[in-house]
Amino acid sequence: MRRRPVAAFFFLRPRLTLALLLGPPLLWLGVAYLGSLAALVVQSFFHLDDYTGRVMRRLTLATYGELLSRANLDIVVRTVTMAAAVTVATACLAFPLALYMARYASARGKAFLTVAVLLPLWSSYLVRVYAWKLILAKEGVVSWFVEQAHLTWLLDRLLAVPGLGGPSLSVSSIGTFLAFVYVWLPYMILPVQAALERVPPSLVEASADLGARPLQTFRRVTLPLSLPGVAAGSIFTFSLTLGDFIIPGALGNSSLFIGQAVLAHQGTAGNIPLAAAFTVVPMLIMAVYLIAAKRCGAFDAL
Amino acid sequence: MPSDGGGRNAPLGLRLAVTGVLLFLHLPFAIILLYALTTEDASFRFPPPGLTLGWFQVAWNRPDIWAALGLSIRIAAAATALALLIGTLAALAVHRTRFFGREAVSFLFLLPIALPGIVTGIALRSALGLLGIPFSVATIVIGHATFCVVVVYNNALARLRRTPASLYEASMDLGATGWQTFRRVVLPGLATALVAGGMLSFALSFDEVIVTTFTAGQEQTLPIWMFAQLTKPRQRPVTNVVAVFVVLATAVPILVAHGMTRGGGREAGG
Repeated sequence: MRRRPVAAFFFLRPRLTLALLLGPPLLWLGVAYLGSLAALVVQSFFHLDDYTGRVMRRLTLATYGELLSRANLDIVVRTVTMAAAVTVATACLAFPLALYMARYASARGKAFLTVAVLLPLWSSYLVRVYAWKLILAKEGVVSWFVEQAHLTWLLDRLLAVPGLGGPSLSVSSIGTFLAFVYVWLPYMILPVQAALERVPPSLVEASADLGARPLQTFRRVTLPLSLPGVAAGSIFTFSLTLGDFIIPGALGNSSLFIGQAVLAHQGTAGNIPLAAAFTVVPMLIMAVYLIAAKRCGAFDAL
Repeated sequence: MPSDGGGRNAPLGLRLAVTGVLLFLHLPFAIILLYALTTEDASFRFPPPGLTLGWFQVAWNRPDIWAALGLSIRIAAAATALALLIGTLAALAVHRTRFFGREAVSFLFLLPIALPGIVTGIALRSALGLLGIPFSVATIVIGHATFCVVVVYNNALARLRRTPASLYEASMDLGATGWQTFRRVVLPGLATALVAGGMLSFALSFDEVIVTTFTAGQEQTLPIWMFAQLTKPRQRPVTNVVAVFVVLATAVPILVAHGMTRGGGREAGG
């Protein structure tokens, strides 16, 4: 029998093999990436001196005090509200398609629909945002159809609502909302579909046999059992909305979102501490969110 | 099984809703194509006053687009190569050994895409700043590879879990060395999963704009170019031509990657 010194060497030292395999990934993500995150959190406890314009490297809560000022708190509340609204809307839109894919579509139909959902998911994010700029422009598609339907007065009234509207749909919270819903919708459809696939058909039949109407079955059996899927999808829709500065920048009005505030503070202002403090907000929200989602079994639906 | 529901008739309301959602998902792409052909170049007027193919030629002759495209391809290739290496190593480690904190590793790799992009972006930027590393193509690649690893890792791990261990044992029993087993059994088994993961990672990097904004410095990738057009448009139909190109260029690898992992559960889902 030939001797295999190298293979034997590694076989006899599983810990060393493991270290060699896992070393580079852990150095990268465990040390460099987590280290960067930790450094960021530490910097949020520094403070920008207003007079010298320099970052004071002393631990203080002053930056968090600044974060809690009225204007900055508005930004946080606005972003979280948007994330919640987008999550609810994507869940409502995702359900019919996911239900159809899981219950009614033939094998071929399902393969087709899966590709139909995956394609927008994986095609360029920026292109899809850009499409909504075209669609919602003042002289664009939506305005034209609204005009054809003689509903321009309705659109104008909608745009006049403070906080929601703006000069045109492409410069309003409604536009921001629509683009968010469009861009993140596939992230909701797939986990909801996966969760619905796991609802045993026998349960639905049993419910029907026991005299429940289809709507009752849906509300009492299907919907509760698919909630882990909704929770899984909402991790994406919530997290992605919290950290986005492209969509509110391209389609929003002048009121800022967390992402834009971070970009502005770390850029010309050089106020890294405040930018860092702003990013701690989505980090905390997502940490709580992930723990809650794990509790209700969302990770099994991913 | 999925096939037992096949062919059942869905209620009319559900079918209408499905059609509506599908239109909502896909009509915007048609709009982009339409606007790439419009003769109007100063506004987004609908319906377009006329149609032309001229913008494709204008876009073809723009050196800034070619430069941005070339840079994006180089970065995506480099980030994907790194992600393939790191992701495969990690998947092999997690698959073959039980160790303390094994679950945490999966979570760690998921973190860069589970956290909002802006967190990863500014964390890397401030770390680079603290270490005094100047922004360059290399820093973009590092940023991209950080969130591409998870795609490769998930694909590779899913494939490894589906491959019976008896295959490796048989190979060793038949006298192959550990390296030969890896070369002849493990790697070919992983190949399509790696190609699929690599394609998804390439597409992810090719399209990324948020982390790139923070780590790019003066470099202009195609998404950064496009973002500049979004806020300060010039020759709007040219942007649409590029958009059409990007959609086609990403659709093809996605379809191929999807085909490769089909029947493989939910590997490509991200």
